[in-house]
Amino acid sequence: MLNISEQFKGKKPLITYISGGDPSLEMTEKIIYRLQDEGVDIIEIGIPFSDPLADGPVIQAASQRALENGTSLKKLIAKIKDIKANVKVPIVLMGYYNSVLNYGEHQFAKDISEAGISGVIIPDLPVDERAKLTEELKAKGVSQILLVTPNTSEKRLEEIAAKCSGFLYCVALLGTTGDAREPYPELEGYLNRVRRFSGDLPLGLGFGIDGPEKVKKIINYPDGIIIGSALIEAIQIGNTETEMLNNAGEFVREIKRAIKDYS
Amino acid sequence: MSRGYFNEFGGRFVPETLIPALDELEEVYLELKEDPDFKAQLKSLLADYSGRPTSLYYAEQLSSHYGGAKIYLKREDLNHTGAHKINNTLGQILLAVKMGKKRIIAETGAGQHGVATATVAARFNLDCQVYMGTEDIERQALNVYKMEMLGAEVIPVTSGTQTLKDATNEAIRDWVTNVEDTHYIIGSVVGPHPYPMMVRDFQRIIGDETREQIMKKEGRLPDYILACVGGGSNAMGIFYPFVEDKEVNLVGIEASGSGIESGKHAATLSAGRVGVLHGSKSYLLQDEDGQIIPAYSISAGLDYPGVGPEHSYLKTIERVEYQSATDMEAVNAFRLLSEKEGIIPALESSHALSYLEKLAPELDSTAIIVVNLSGRGDKDINNFKKIREAEADA
Repeated sequence: MLNISEQFKGKKPLITYISGGDPSLEMTEKIIYRLQDEGVDIIEIGIPFSDPLADGPVIQAASQRALENGTSLKKLIAKIKDIKANVKVPIVLMGYYNSVLNYGEHQFAKDISEAGISGVIIPDLPVDERAKLTEELKAKGVSQILLVTPNTSEKRLEEIAAKCSGFLYCVALLGTTGDAREPYPELEGYLNRVRRFSGDLPLGLGFGIDGPEKVKKIINYPDGIIIGSALIEAIQIGNTETEMLNNAGEFVREIKRAIKDYS
Repeated sequence: MSRGYFNEFGGRFVPETLIPALDELEEVYLELKEDPDFKAQLKSLLADYSGRPTSLYYAEQLSSHYGGAKIYLKREDLNHTGAHKINNTLGQILLAVKMGKKRIIAETGAGQHGVATATVAARFNLDCQVYMGTEDIERQALNVYKMEMLGAEVIPVTSGTQTLKDATNEAIRDWVTNVEDTHYIIGSVVGPHPYPMMVRDFQRIIGDETREQIMKKEGRLPDYILACVGGGSNAMGIFYPFVEDKEVNLVGIEASGSGIESGKHAATLSAGRVGVLHGSKSYLLQDEDGQIIPAYSISAGLDYPGVGPEHSYLKTIERVEYQSATDMEAVNAFRLLSEKEGIIPALESSHALSYLEKLAPELDSTAIIVVNLSGRGDKDINNFKKIREAEADA
């Protein structure tokens, strides 16, 4: 599997999120190829879940579309395993704990490592919760990316940073994904505070980064940025597969340009 | 360190944003719980504002109808706002005030918890928004008017199944976004720690009073206590003080809708598997991929695919027996209590009442059963009218 932290060397990586199976697993494959061709550095793929309580309306709808066409975690992992040889950037799965618990934590870690998946993000599994997942992932060499938020205490920052690998996911604001309000007003102070505990872990900033203007405002502070809802919206505007893929490409080029111009 | 577990059930499976709020809530709650002023204030509100203690009524007509055990009804329907829900919202609003929160949010299914929340928010002058599925808004229109009359805003939830599960998702999303100035009053013994413990503690007054009242009337504890279980707060409230009294049989009755075999039901403990929903690990209705299966029941208050984690614990240690009742069984019990005792019960509580049909005739006249009559049925009249019309057509 590909190394996540390598992607942070010498640049500020662009990490993009798409919902697995939206609108189909075949399309997910094509979007992955297009994203990596356009220079996306890490690709997060969402595990569709019926009750995604950390997500805003865009990702809820994407998740719903994926479920309606029959996407399951099993099929998603199988798809990623199938295309392993063609994927040139690290793949990270993002989903809710019930999906993993239901799949079986041991089996999940085994199957995703065989599929070449580099990391996992579970937003409703806090660092101190009872779960076997952390050990299982470690045994397979899969990174567990944990989240911190602007209101996370210093005591928890220390604990989270110690158990996190790959990169530390810094949530930009108090809110759900796709929340396009301005990021937390004291972003610089927030990320500086996080850095006191994060050691060598790079900081990825996400939630509500919706275009080049927002990138310009925030790019100085994190080591990389994560974009999900805005990309999904751009893709959704397309009427045909080709349009969708072109929209994804154009969106990524604009963001890459903004990262380069303003950092 | 993880906390808030009942053996393997419970926990705090929530986005990191909510952890500081849950820490604060737990800390303030544990402090106030022992505070004499807080206890006195809550006690006085429960007495003078809500009308506690509620009576324990010997249902003589119903008892002789079944010709078996003596049946008592714990009259939570006589509370202000018409159900046990106010016991919890009064407790939580005092916590919200203590924490300096400016705004209250809640989820509601049948609307009883929404009304109970809107009521205390009005009394303590806090802004209040209640999330409610659009399907429930239609089924429980009367409660929507009440909430609006009380100054709360009812926010229709159109995502997913448009019922309690999705209203809860939306309330959690709101809380994640407004966590600094908002307190989320969860209406049942569900959600992340400390809610299951705290809501149980606020509801245990039902069981504490029942114990005192039955000792006074009968000089002994009852043989059976029956309560309906959706999320499970009225059941935890009446069961909890009796958990150590092994001679008291505790029976929780879930809603099996059109029948468990039909797939259209809300019998989480009877037919579900362990998983994580809305912040805690407990029994759940889920498919083989771990997707939550929409629950179904005629009663909006039981129409929930999860259940409080302490119920899952009490099930696995076999301290509480969990049974289920169908829509039709509940409707029959609804009708029977109205006709025999002149008390119109909530459809939720009617599920617990319906189990009497199986239990009461099997026991002799020295046996004592207590049923938690968790709410009154005014809100269900329209629903009942529809059923009668359907029966007439059939």
